[in-house]
Amino acid sequence: MNYEAVIGLEIHAQLLTETKIFCGCSTRFGSEPNTQTCPVCIGMPGVLPVLNRRVVEFAIKTGLAMNCRISSYSRFARKNYFYPDLPKGYQISQYELPICEKGYIDITVDGTTRRVGITRIHMEEDAGKNIHEKDCSLVDLNRAGVPLLEIVTEPDIRSPQEASAFMKKLRAILRYLRVCDGNMEQGSLRCDANVSIRPEGSDELGTKTEIKNINSFRFVEKALDYEIKRQIRVIRDGGEIVQETRLWNSETGKTESMRSKEEAHDYRYFPEPDLVPLEIKREMVEEIKAALPELPDEKKARFVRDYKLPEYDAEILTEERSIAEWFEEAVRLGARPKEVSNWMLTEIMRYLNETGKEIEEIDLRPPQLVELLELIKGGTISRNIAKTILPEMISTGRSAEEIVREKGLVQISDTSELEALVDEILSKNQKEAQRYREGETKLLGFFVGQVMKATKGKANPKIVNEILRKKLS
Amino acid sequence: MELYNSGIIEALDLMDSGEVSPEELLDAVFQRINSVEDKVKAFVTVTKDRAYEMLDEAKGERGALRCIPLAIKDNICIRGIPTTCSSRILKNFIPPYESTVTKRLKEEGYLLVGKTNLDEFAMGSSTENSGFHTTRNPWATDRVPGGSSGGSTAAVAAGECLAALGSDTGGSIRQPAAFCGVVGLKPTYGRVSRFGLVAFASSLDQIGPITKNVADAALLLGIISGHDPSDSTSAPLHVKDYTALLSEGIRDIKVGIPKEYFIEGLDPEVESAVKDSIRHLGSLGCSVKEISLPHTGYAVATYYILATSEASSNLARYDGVKYGFRAESKDLLEMYRETRAQGFGAEVKRRIMLGTYALSAGYYEAFYRKAQQVRTLIKEDFDNAFREVDIIITPTTPTTAFRIGEKISDPLQMYLNDIFTISVNLAGLPAISIPCGFDSKGLPIGLQLIGRAFDEESILKVAHQYEQSTEWYKRRPPL
Repeated sequence: MNYEAVIGLEIHAQLLTETKIFCGCSTRFGSEPNTQTCPVCIGMPGVLPVLNRRVVEFAIKTGLAMNCRISSYSRFARKNYFYPDLPKGYQISQYELPICEKGYIDITVDGTTRRVGITRIHMEEDAGKNIHEKDCSLVDLNRAGVPLLEIVTEPDIRSPQEASAFMKKLRAILRYLRVCDGNMEQGSLRCDANVSIRPEGSDELGTKTEIKNINSFRFVEKALDYEIKRQIRVIRDGGEIVQETRLWNSETGKTESMRSKEEAHDYRYFPEPDLVPLEIKREMVEEIKAALPELPDEKKARFVRDYKLPEYDAEILTEERSIAEWFEEAVRLGARPKEVSNWMLTEIMRYLNETGKEIEEIDLRPPQLVELLELIKGGTISRNIAKTILPEMISTGRSAEEIVREKGLVQISDTSELEALVDEILSKNQKEAQRYREGETKLLGFFVGQVMKATKGKANPKIVNEILRKKLS
Repeated sequence: MELYNSGIIEALDLMDSGEVSPEELLDAVFQRINSVEDKVKAFVTVTKDRAYEMLDEAKGERGALRCIPLAIKDNICIRGIPTTCSSRILKNFIPPYESTVTKRLKEEGYLLVGKTNLDEFAMGSSTENSGFHTTRNPWATDRVPGGSSGGSTAAVAAGECLAALGSDTGGSIRQPAAFCGVVGLKPTYGRVSRFGLVAFASSLDQIGPITKNVADAALLLGIISGHDPSDSTSAPLHVKDYTALLSEGIRDIKVGIPKEYFIEGLDPEVESAVKDSIRHLGSLGCSVKEISLPHTGYAVATYYILATSEASSNLARYDGVKYGFRAESKDLLEMYRETRAQGFGAEVKRRIMLGTYALSAGYYEAFYRKAQQVRTLIKEDFDNAFREVDIIITPTTPTTAFRIGEKISDPLQMYLNDIFTISVNLAGLPAISIPCGFDSKGLPIGLQLIGRAFDEESILKVAHQYEQSTEWYKRRPPL
């Protein structure tokens, strides 16, 4: 029997607000422990939460981008449990009346587009962090009260590849909206997965397990792949799936049992009495809707349509809003779209990947790339020379012209100069010239190489080719 | 009259006319504390040094409470002063922040005399649940002062301060005010900021004044009321000048008497004093009619589900991790268990367990949600009644002050003491208790006046005019 997987995801996205969700403390990452705290976020007696308006705006933005219905009336609720990093003994979250419901995201895997339902999106506060030392445990509450969105999908995902594609699309949307930086490794985007299997064609849902600690994009597919295979193996061996929470262990590449259903917490949710119900006016939603940026799907379609880019190029260029905007600026400055795309998808992306930098962090700006392309087009430098100087342009921010001038890289297009050089090389390599004339034409490359070597790559390759062909015929 | 027995407005007059200096007033209060506090035990912390420091700062200033010595219930946070909630678990807790109410009092120049005793975390009706000691009723020191604000009401009655602040979740200002023969006002939910009030049940808690007369209560209410950005549940409504409204006519005020409040278990002496008072109000020109609040019988049960549910969550933060008491332990679970087992008293534990149970999976619908629904019905009872009348009058308590130890072993009997005050909190309404007589043992009897939401002025002016036409409020306990 063949089995199909049924997967639902629960995503936590840390919001990029300046301050925490219920107090004025900074949300900056990486400060000294317990320096970004106040009586409210460390749960002192008698203090009260005050909702950060930006968090509501970010939630509405996200909900709209994911095609959700925005609730005109929503409530906060307390989720009660004891843990040292949870200073109040409860987390302020939403339960019965979340701010966004019933949305969807479309994903494409192997050319097939599928719709994944979003059950709900709600706002909540993050907990702090426990730090375990050799003989004691310490608590850092800097993160306590940092705003989160919890995004819950319907069990619409059918494979690890789809889950991965979903996460990528979700991340792209969150980053487009500038509400979350989407960094799974640093924990600003977290993903838990509910997984079950069932015989292909069946409508029933099998017993599910919840997979936690999937702390990198690479592991979304890996962890789900492992868990699905594990469940199939259990069933094939005549066993039963136990409803439980399992932890992904990236070192062993396995999921491990963490707690069973019986050990699950009873969170005793009830409406948060310290906050009044949230009433959201239609005008606020409309205002936010009007200000939404163009989202990845729309942008990609437009790039294919307006710039005649291949799907592949458009897909990659629109994964990040800042990259798409960089591209469009270069095109606006007069460069040919496909030409800009080629350079971005190769040299520039490679640099970004290697350094882990964002495109807005590098010194190369679109006008400088356009200038470089102009130098090629005008014959001042060859494409190869351009390739060699681009990394320097990226890392130093210097202009192409400056580097070309300083290093004397201006292309040699002077025909008489190049003819003299070709004559010299042919006389030094008479054997090869003979072989070429006898039909071994692939030796042309050898001669071009010699010329380039002699000119340190500055010879205009087009002219060199012409001269060589003429002289060798 | 002894200086320590004066109210706020009297004292302001004495100081303004130069008859008494602020030092003399403060000295008189501390001398009084010296002579009676052993018998009354109203305070958890007496803050004499702080009071004289504040006197230096306030002297010559023109605030509405210039140099007026007040006591504050010890569940209201004051920066740099221990705030214990009369609980061992917060014995060493000193808040680094100031409650909004005391900040507003400070802006008007008050002097902090001390932090008053309460039932631990405001859970109780006698102060016997205090983790430190039981406060005595100044009228009969073998009796309870009521609770949970029993320390504040006893301090006011005994002349250990000119007035005080308390908090009221189910009657915790009004019931002890009735037992101690003073005025206690619970404002409308949302009228006064809760920021800095250590939460017992967030949707019911409200801070209010405890005073020697109604005019003082009106003055204090005006100062502590109003929207506070730090408390999202505080109402963004204009606060009236209550003092100026006290003498407005009450001839067109319609008074409702709920028949459900005159029941078995109501002490005949209390009943007769309340009925006399109602007749007296009639003679002052109010019209009186019987009304019905049909869901009154469900109030106590409803309250004990909702209040304990919220409390079980509100008190989760006392875990030994961050502040307050922490028990010696070998691991995390033991730390939680021992800290809470040793830090909390029996009544607090009882309520945490009740609330935890009511919120548990499988019980939530039957208890918490049902109670919320009944709460709505109780509120609707009042809405309906207030279509016919302007204020509602009831006894504050079914009996006068009981003996220390009399009810402590029977929680249900203790809970029934709040039977007349609890509905008001569930409905979020304002209510005031004022002295309306004494029983044959010489113990004070309280009259409760309940108003429409955010209509404190009606109950204040009726209470004031009743008070001024009687002598009850002038009596002082024979300490």
